[in-house]
Amino acid sequence: MVDKETKKQDVDKLSGVETTGHEWDGLQELNNPLPRWWLIVWVVTIVWSLWYFVVYPAWPTLSGATKGTYGYTQAKELAESQNEILKRQSNYLEKFETASFDDIMNDRELYEFAMAGGHAAFKENCATCHGTGAEGGKGYPNLNDDDWLWGGKVTDIHQTLNDGIRVQGSYDTRLSEMPAFGRDKLLSKTQINDVVEYVMILGGETDLTSLPGHLVYQENCASCHGQNGKGLQELGAPNLADDIWLYGGTRKDIYETVVNSREGMMPAWVNRLSQNTIRQISLYVHQLGGGEE
Amino acid sequence: MTSKEPVIYNDDIVKFFTIATCFWGVVGMLAGVFIALQMVFPDLNIEPYLSFGRLRPLHTSAVIFAFGGNALFATSYYIVQRTCGVRLWNDQLSFFTFWGYQLFIVIAALGYVLGVTQGKEYAEPEWYADLWLTVVWVAYLAVFFMTIVKRKEPHLYVANWFFLSFILTTAVLHIGNNLVIPVEFLGAKSYSVPGGVQSAMIQWWYGHNAVGFFLTTGFLGMMYYFIPKRAERPVYSYRLSIVHFWSLIFIYIWAGPHHLHYTALPEWAQTLGMTFSIMLWMPSWGGMINGMMTLSGAWDKLRKDPVIQFMVVALAFYGMATFEGPLLSIRTVNALSHYTDWTIGHVHAGALGWNGFITFGCLYYLVPKLWGREEVYSLKLVSVHLWIATLGIVLYISAMWVSGIMQGLMWRSYDDMGFLNYSFVETVMAMKPFYAIRALGGTLFLAGSIIMCYNFYRTIRGDVAPNEVDKEGNPRQAVSAAQTRKAVAS
Repeated sequence: MVDKETKKQDVDKLSGVETTGHEWDGLQELNNPLPRWWLIVWVVTIVWSLWYFVVYPAWPTLSGATKGTYGYTQAKELAESQNEILKRQSNYLEKFETASFDDIMNDRELYEFAMAGGHAAFKENCATCHGTGAEGGKGYPNLNDDDWLWGGKVTDIHQTLNDGIRVQGSYDTRLSEMPAFGRDKLLSKTQINDVVEYVMILGGETDLTSLPGHLVYQENCASCHGQNGKGLQELGAPNLADDIWLYGGTRKDIYETVVNSREGMMPAWVNRLSQNTIRQISLYVHQLGGGEE
Repeated sequence: MTSKEPVIYNDDIVKFFTIATCFWGVVGMLAGVFIALQMVFPDLNIEPYLSFGRLRPLHTSAVIFAFGGNALFATSYYIVQRTCGVRLWNDQLSFFTFWGYQLFIVIAALGYVLGVTQGKEYAEPEWYADLWLTVVWVAYLAVFFMTIVKRKEPHLYVANWFFLSFILTTAVLHIGNNLVIPVEFLGAKSYSVPGGVQSAMIQWWYGHNAVGFFLTTGFLGMMYYFIPKRAERPVYSYRLSIVHFWSLIFIYIWAGPHHLHYTALPEWAQTLGMTFSIMLWMPSWGGMINGMMTLSGAWDKLRKDPVIQFMVVALAFYGMATFEGPLLSIRTVNALSHYTDWTIGHVHAGALGWNGFITFGCLYYLVPKLWGREEVYSLKLVSVHLWIATLGIVLYISAMWVSGIMQGLMWRSYDDMGFLNYSFVETVMAMKPFYAIRALGGTLFLAGSIIMCYNFYRTIRGDVAPNEVDKEGNPRQAVSAAQTRKAVAS
């Protein structure tokens, strides 16, 4: 570039390109043109954006925004991709919706559909408490065995899933309350220790009638858990004669249960998941290990 | 036209900011490595002060605002004096910006670990910290601007345009996104003035332009001085620097809505954010081209000088990240990438590769100059830093690409019957090995920074390592600190 004052042209010796003639702290600038490919690609992106403005909603107006010639909205895009899923399901869903549990269990295709849907929904909704393998944990029943608190028929499971267990404010929920025998002073400490001892060996071959806990048990526990401790599904009363313990089977665990009661809860899914999904989970849980006929 | 009288520059302030840059860099990267390890070993979440939720903003703010911010202060103060040919305006005020900014960092960091937050990404500090930062930032603007006003050079060097746009826009962004009403007189809590989607839009106008004007234009300012200086070559194209500067700052400010694809933000705003991101691609690349091409005719320096290598690798990562950004802004690509680790990988390609490397390159030039040494203690150690950090970045970003794309694909995967193939927790389990690789990559990057700090420590002491060569490849005499002291004394 020719300097206005000195009329001198500054050229960089190495590249032979003229400089702008200024210098800062020894720094100079060459007067190279814009790289042509750079300019071309930039123009292409601008032209592409202009096209995009025409085709898609792009600019605000006084009464909303330009709609675009393509008619795009993200709600439509969502509906389209959901329809694709529904289309895959609809082959089965039509039959599934009206079929009874018995019909489904006797139709191989429908049953496979229920298993796939139940498995997917179980992992997303149930596994948090019951575990990805439905193995359960302390306070969360194992769903792979045949020990059912509220019934193991598919219709029982369905009702449990629908309305939950001890859901506050629900009339349909499964509800029972074991008294807190210690906290509410219904039994003395000695009586509780006796009955814990009794419950721990209940279910064996030995005659327990002579034990001090026998009378305590028969008067306070048997009405729900049964005379021989086999439990009662109508009341959600666990079987005490087997070796499966929801809150642990050590002396300390059972003592804690008798003193304070437990009252675990499960959410009602009726308003969270579709009936199709709940029915799929019911069938899936039913076949995990110990579904009752 | 340059004045021939010697100007005594204020280099003390630059030294302070340089040391703060190194210190906060190590702190911020250490926090990053720790939270990366928390992702692999969740037991490292030490509730409540050292939980992931609190340390994550500590990490991002420490590396962006503490490490990056101090680097910008140091280099802008160094450059503006030399390219304007005058001493920095007002020594007292410049030292106020130093201590004021460090105080802001400490206030913000304390807030994070104590759980005080506005819940806005990169703008987490509450109103009391924001007000203080505003005071400090206005002082910064005053110091920088008044130095330009009293300059002896008739023209303004390109680096200063970039710095000025960074300081001005950061002020506007900071105030705009922190319009809040404190709830209590003596409490930290406040509520945002705009609500709902307006608040989200302002947040991402801020968040995206923090990347644009803090991490891009500010660091391009560094690049425009130190690359020509180190390469001893003129800037490639004055015209390109003008065109890409104005197009970059004009277009960048529109791109924020691409962070809110498929949300309650109206489609038209999403479209504008996306198209402006696409149009931003070439303006961003203008800086890379100008930096790279400045080396034309001097490519042999790239072979010998690890400091130039740092700067060039930084530009390469800058080019990669500014291509990936527009790509990710495209609505259909974003449908896959959004909320996945791909975004984290993208951010780190920019943060580690561009911001980290260009800062390291500039510091390796700056530290010997500031402390009156010919060269750093050991250029070999610079080379070690370069390779260990590059390996770290490659491990980091490739792990995040694989993990992010896998995560996005798993989320959208349906079987033939129309059911989801994977639950959320299964995607997390699948990502675990990549989290481990990411943590390894981050550890290598941190190790490189510690090597750099050691190199600076020895440089400042006045040592030269044995068996060293200078940047031209000529052998250097090994020097111990004692010899340097003696030489200075005599």
